Amino acid sequence: MVPTAYYLVLAAVLFSIGIAAFLIKRNVITIFISIELMLNAVNLTFVAFAHMWHQVSGQIFVFFVMVVAAAEAAVGLAIIISIFRTRKTLNVDEIDLMKS
Amino acid sequence: MNSSPENLLWYIPLLPFAGFLINGTLGRKLPRALVSAVALLCTALPAAIVAWLWVLMRADGAPDLIPATVSQPWIQITGLTVNFAFTVDHLTLIMLGVVTGVGFLIHIYSVGYMAHEEGYWRFFAYLNLFMFFMSVLVLADNFLLLFVGWEGVGLASYLLIGFYFRKSSAANAGKKAFVVNRIGDFGFLLAMFLLIVHFGTLNFTDIFAAIGQHPEWQGVRFLTAIALLLVLGAAGKSAQIPLYVWLPDAMEGPTPVSALIHAATMVTAGIYMVARCHTLFDRSPVALTVVACIGAATAIFAASIGMVQQDIKRVLAYSTISQLGYMFLACGVGAYAAGIFHLLTHAFFKALLFLAAGSVIHALSGEQDMRNMGGLWRRIPVTFWTMTMGVIAIAGIWPWAGFFSKDEILYQTFVSPNHVGKLLWFIGLLTAGMTSFYMFRLWFKTFFGEPRFEQVAVEHHGAPVHASSTTTLTMEADPDEDLVASAHGVHESPWIMLFPLVILAILSFVGGWVGVPAALGGHNEIEHFLEPVFGSASAAPAATSGHGLELALAAVSLLVALTGFYFAYVLYYKKPGTAAELAGRAKPAYTILANKYWVDEFYSNFLVIPLMMFSRGVLDFIVDRGLVNGSGRAAGFVTRGFAWATRSQISGNIRSYAGWLAIGAAAVLAVMIFGRSLLVHP
Repeated sequence: MVPTAYYLVLAAVLFSIGIAAFLIKRNVITIFISIELMLNAVNLTFVAFAHMWHQVSGQIFVFFVMVVAAAEAAVGLAIIISIFRTRKTLNVDEIDLMKS
Repeated sequence: MNSSPENLLWYIPLLPFAGFLINGTLGRKLPRALVSAVALLCTALPAAIVAWLWVLMRADGAPDLIPATVSQPWIQITGLTVNFAFTVDHLTLIMLGVVTGVGFLIHIYSVGYMAHEEGYWRFFAYLNLFMFFMSVLVLADNFLLLFVGWEGVGLASYLLIGFYFRKSSAANAGKKAFVVNRIGDFGFLLAMFLLIVHFGTLNFTDIFAAIGQHPEWQGVRFLTAIALLLVLGAAGKSAQIPLYVWLPDAMEGPTPVSALIHAATMVTAGIYMVARCHTLFDRSPVALTVVACIGAATAIFAASIGMVQQDIKRVLAYSTISQLGYMFLACGVGAYAAGIFHLLTHAFFKALLFLAAGSVIHALSGEQDMRNMGGLWRRIPVTFWTMTMGVIAIAGIWPWAGFFSKDEILYQTFVSPNHVGKLLWFIGLLTAGMTSFYMFRLWFKTFFGEPRFEQVAVEHHGAPVHASSTTTLTMEADPDEDLVASAHGVHESPWIMLFPLVILAILSFVGGWVGVPAALGGHNEIEHFLEPVFGSASAAPAATSGHGLELALAAVSLLVALTGFYFAYVLYYKKPGTAAELAGRAKPAYTILANKYWVDEFYSNFLVIPLMMFSRGVLDFIVDRGLVNGSGRAAGFVTRGFAWATRSQISGNIRSYAGWLAIGAAAVLAVMIFGRSLLVHP
C-alpha cells in the first residue's frame, strides 16, 4: 500500500514542472504540453484522494477534466495552426496581437 | 342628472382646458379662424354655464352653496384626505362671473389685437390655459386645489408675460414675476402645513366650521401665524408691498394679457383668498391690521408712482397695484363685501382701460409713451369715448361704478373699530385724489393737446412707421402690414376690438349700481348677495351711525376726485408747460417718484446681488464646483492613477500574463494556508 502522501508529492512535483515549463518555454506547443502536465498532476491528486477516502466522485471528476483537456487540445491546436499559418512562428514572445 | 349644477361645474374648467389642448397641440397647423373659434367657444360655454348658475342661485329658496362635487379622493394618507372637489357659493359665483365674462370679452378683443402676431395659436392656448387654472382656483373647495389653480395661473402668467420671448426684457419680466410669486407661495405653503397640523384637513368648510366651534380662539397665536402667512401669499399674487415689483414689469406681455391676468382676474386671487378665509382672519385682529396697513400703504405708494410714469401701460399697472391696495384695505377692515365689490367694478373698468390703451397702442402702431401721443380723440373716437368711461369710473365720479365701490371701502374704513381706521381712511382718500389725477393726466396726455406722434416718428424713423422700439411690434414682421398701417396713419381699431370695449364701458358705468348704499337710496344688493358668505356683520355699523356720515364721506371723496381732475386739467390741458415746471421746482420729489422710490434698485442691491454673489461664490464655486465636481474628479483621478500604475503590466506578452497568474495563484494559496494561522496568532 503506497501512502497517499507519495502520490501527492509526485503530483506536486509534476505540477511544479508544468508551471516552470509554462513560464520558461517560448514554444507554444511546449507550453501546451506543460498545461497537459499540470492537468494530469491535478488528476493524480483527485485519484489519490478518491482512493484514500474510498469515494468515487474524485474519479468521476477526473473524467470531466480529461474531457475538458481533450476539447481544449482540439481548440488549442487549431489556434496554434492558424497562428502558425499567419505569422510563421510559434514563439509566444512574438505573438502579441493583443498589445495595441 | 346631467343637467344638475354639480355636474355642470366640471365643464367650467374643463372646456378651456380642452381648448388649451387643441390649440396647444394642433394650433400650429390650424388656420387662424379655427384657432379663434376653438378659443372663443371654450370660453363662451363656461360663461354661459356661469350665467345659468347665476340665475339658479338668485332664484328664491336657492341654497347658499351648491354642494361640492367630489371626485375620488385625490390625496389620501393617514390623517389627511384631500378631494378634487368643486363648489360654488355666492363669492365664487361673483369671481366666476368676472373670470368667464371679462375673460370671454378679452378673448374676443384678442382676436383683433393679435391678428397680425406670430404665434397666434400659442397665445390662445396660453389664454385658455389661464382660464382653466383660474376657474379651478375659484371653484376649489379646499386649500390644496386652490393652490393648484394659484400656481397654474402663475404659470400661465409667466408664459404670457414672456410671450415675446425673443425680447430679453419680456423673458426677464416673466422670470421676475415667477420668482417673486414663489416668495409668496412659500408663505402659502407654510400656511397650509400649519392648517394640516392644527386642523387635519384642508377643506374650507371643515376648517371654518372648526374655527366656529371654538369661540375662545380669538387672536390665538397659531391662527395669526396662519393668517399672516396667507397674507404673504396674497401679497405676492395680488402685487402688494413688498412683493408688488413684478406687476409693472409684467406689462411686457401683450396688452390683452395685461387686461385679463394683470388687472381683472389673476391679481385679484389674493383678495379672493383673503375674503374666502375671512372666518380665519376675523379671529386675528393683528393679521387684519397688517392686511389693512399693507393695502393702504400699497394704494398710496403705487398711486404716487403712477403720477409720473410716461408709459401708458405702466400708469395702468401702478393704478392696478393701487386699486388692489384698496381691496386689501377693505378686507383688512373686515369689509369683505366691499372689497369684492371693488374687485368686481375694478375688473370692469381696469380691463376696459387696458383694452382701450391697447387700442390706442394699436392705433399708433406700437407707441406706448404718452409723450408721443396727444390729440387722438378725433382720430379714434370709439376708443376715446369708451376709455373716457373707464377713466371716470376709476376716478370715482358719481354715478360711475368706481364711485360706489371705492366709497364703500372708504366708508367702511372710516367706521371700522380699528384704532388706525381714521388714518387709513385719510390715506385712502388721498389715494383717491391721486388716482383721479393720474388717470385724467393719462386721458389728457393721450387724447388732447397737440398731436406729438407723427413728428416723433418722422424724427426717428424718417416716416411714420411702426415704432418697433416698443413692445408690441417686435414680433410683428409682416412688411405689407407695416405699409398699410403707415399709409393709413393713426387708425381706429377693428370692430372686433371695439365691441368688448363698448360692453365694458357700459359695465363700467352701470356696474356700480349693484352696490348703491342705502344712504344714496339703493339697497346695496351686492352686500346682501354676499351675506351667506360673509354674514351681515359689516352692515351693523351702518345701521347705527345713520346716513349722514356716509353721505358726507361720499361728498368728500367726490370732491377729492374732482380736485384731482382739476389739477390734471390745469397741468396737462390748460397750461401744458406747468407740469414740467412743477417737476423742475420740486426736483427731489419728482426724482424719487420717477425712479419709483428705487425699490427695484434696493431689491437688486440688497437682495438679488448678495444672493447671486452667495450663489456664485459659495454655492457654485465651493459647493458645486468644489465639493460636487471635486469628488467626481477625485474619483476619476484615483482610478486613472491606479490604471496608470497597472497599465505597464498589460504587455501583450502571454508568458508575463502567465507569470502574473502563477504569482496570483501562489498568493491565494499562501493566504489560504498561512492566513488563518496569522489571524489566530497575530
